[in-house]
Amino acid sequence: MRRGISAAAVAAALALAVSACGGEESPRRTAAPASDPAAVSGQVTWWDTSDATNEAPVFQEVIKDFTAKYPKIKVDYVNVPFADAQNKFKTAAQSGSGAPDVLRAEVGWVAEFASLGYLAPLDGTPALDKPEEFLPSPAGSGKYAGKTYAVPQVTDTLGLLYNKELLKKAGHDAPPKTFAELKQTALDVKSKAGADGLALNVDAYFLLPFIYGEGGDLLDVAGKKITVAAPPSVAGVKVVEDLIASGAAAKPAIQDSYTNAETAFKEGKVAMIFNGPWSNTDNLGGAVFKDDPDDFGVAPVPAGSAKAGSPTGGHDYAVYAGSGDLDASYLFVRYMASAETQAKIAGKLGLLPTRRPAYTMPEAQANPMIAKWREPMAAAVERPWIPEGGQLFQPLLEGYQKLAAGQRPAGPMLGDVAKAYQGLLKGWSL
Amino acid sequence: MTTQVVDTAAPGPRARGRRPRAGARHWYAWAMCAPVVIVTLVLVGYPLARGVYLSLTDATEATMGRTIGMNTIPSTYEFVGLSNYAGIVTSAEFLTRLGWTVTWTVVCVALHYGLGLGLAMLLNRPLRLRSLYRVLLVLPWAVPAFVSAFIWRYLLNGEFGVVNAMLRAAGLGGIDWLDDPLWAKVSVIAVNVWLGVPFMMLALLGGLQAIPRELYEAAEVDGATPWRRFRHITLPGLRPVAGTVVLLGTIWTFNQFPVIYLVTRGGPGGSSEILVTYAYRQAFEGIRDYSGSAAWGVLILALLVVMAVVYRRALRTRGEAW
Repeated sequence: MRRGISAAAVAAALALAVSACGGEESPRRTAAPASDPAAVSGQVTWWDTSDATNEAPVFQEVIKDFTAKYPKIKVDYVNVPFADAQNKFKTAAQSGSGAPDVLRAEVGWVAEFASLGYLAPLDGTPALDKPEEFLPSPAGSGKYAGKTYAVPQVTDTLGLLYNKELLKKAGHDAPPKTFAELKQTALDVKSKAGADGLALNVDAYFLLPFIYGEGGDLLDVAGKKITVAAPPSVAGVKVVEDLIASGAAAKPAIQDSYTNAETAFKEGKVAMIFNGPWSNTDNLGGAVFKDDPDDFGVAPVPAGSAKAGSPTGGHDYAVYAGSGDLDASYLFVRYMASAETQAKIAGKLGLLPTRRPAYTMPEAQANPMIAKWREPMAAAVERPWIPEGGQLFQPLLEGYQKLAAGQRPAGPMLGDVAKAYQGLLKGWSL
Repeated sequence: MTTQVVDTAAPGPRARGRRPRAGARHWYAWAMCAPVVIVTLVLVGYPLARGVYLSLTDATEATMGRTIGMNTIPSTYEFVGLSNYAGIVTSAEFLTRLGWTVTWTVVCVALHYGLGLGLAMLLNRPLRLRSLYRVLLVLPWAVPAFVSAFIWRYLLNGEFGVVNAMLRAAGLGGIDWLDDPLWAKVSVIAVNVWLGVPFMMLALLGGLQAIPRELYEAAEVDGATPWRRFRHITLPGLRPVAGTVVLLGTIWTFNQFPVIYLVTRGGPGGSSEILVTYAYRQAFEGIRDYSGSAAWGVLILALLVVMAVVYRRALRTRGEAW
């Protein structure tokens, strides 16, 4: 029988749980009252999905502070590659063994995990501390069916990252503000600055700013409609098609597209890319920005005919429902998501906090990236937080790959994607 | 034969208690087989039966019941008959994928066999540093497939890969190894051939060494050319081994998941996806479709079983004991 916490603790901590099924739990220890958190003991396994080289050391440092504050709680830190984490967690959660107590879940995963019963609801537990402080969009990602299943860790969005030096050489002092300017600037860089203008990352997520820009979206959740192949979405993807065809964007790599674009940018081979604040540290450590961090520019994604829009991303802390140490896990989440901790992480890594007060804390303000990303964040568009959210990307990725390889034009390609969505979303109309 | 012995024992009051049966006398033989039988049933039989059952339902990650901590999800899946199979077989993707999977398998196995045989024949003759060559040639086999797949993925990277760097250094243009549908197919075949040749080579080398020397000597005395000796002694002599390794190679290649999944991820745009990787994607992306994946699995198994039966029958009609 798995280790569990006492029925009394379950009742106290989770009075809100609809079906608190205490049948499986066996009393292991007496939970300490919430008023004395330092007395809580236990072990918390945390799956961190952050960048193992650049970001992980800072999280490990924060964990040291946590264990100094709660000496009776042992934290087992595990860095799981982001790309594998979703499947790995699901396999472990489903089989009932090997799942971590706390997971750093991408915002798009939470609704799916919650709908499958893998996550512990956090309302009324110590994990959800001062919920009113959270920014609404990241907070929305942690909610499913009226309950809170995750606490936001960081928020992010895509911005236009540019090399000021290369843009200047091409005769542009300011980053492009529209898709038309983006194309022109990129072409100028190509002809005058001896570098490529724009590197595209052939990934569904990175296609969204173009779709949003022209007023499109993947889905209309309220109307239960699939809008990925609607005219505005097609117009957005046509912008990408044109960028590639005109040579404004370098011929995109399809495999390892992200790494190739990122490498080209930080080595000065390309002037502009779309990427998020998670790449700050990586970029600033690159050959061109290491000595001239001021050359690293961050701007909102360019606007299309409708607006400038980019997807809301980020990560949440979620607690596994089958955790043997729920109390310790809640305290861990509470500490990790606190404004102080967020400010510290923001200061060291330039990751954007999800709590308002964290932005005004000196530790966060010390990092110039936080201010730089404020404007791009204003263009963040909330994504559909539905259980199928995570499945929307694969069909679009395949379509984008075909488009980038010149195999399928925008319209028919998005038609294929819409058809795939119909298979995923039962009862939605086109 | 055993029953006879037991049955001759006169039925008497003392014998009534123990039934005169083969099992009783040779209980230890059964007992020694039992662990293997039980393990096989548990490890192979149960999952197989369960898979077949699931393929006839609409079970997914969301409809399968479970209790995790405070959350209880009831089971809501139902029996749906053959509709999963009908859905797969009638989908446009199925035939495309099947076509490429068969091409991939035939090309890979042909290259495995051809190159493996060539190398085996080279190594079968006395030459200096023979053991060193053997070790080097077996090396790809010793490296785990996923490690090789990752290394190849880096080597073949369009912009920063070593292969293109070498091409460019030689004054040639780089090739979109993994980004162009045709080259991606060529690339995965090349990687799989690299991985699969050592096994063929070793197996065929063993086969070659089992061919009696005297046959070659006699043929040489009779004035047979090397080509005739190859055709009339080597190839027929290898047949028992070749039949088996080709069948094994076909099954492995047909289901060669890691190479495709790790080198191209089935891309670009799904062009290098074989049946197993496609099935995996269908089943394990997002909310897992257990019934669908089971149906795919059973279908792939059925294809391979049919292939193996036909192949064995063909071998048998040619008079080979397999």
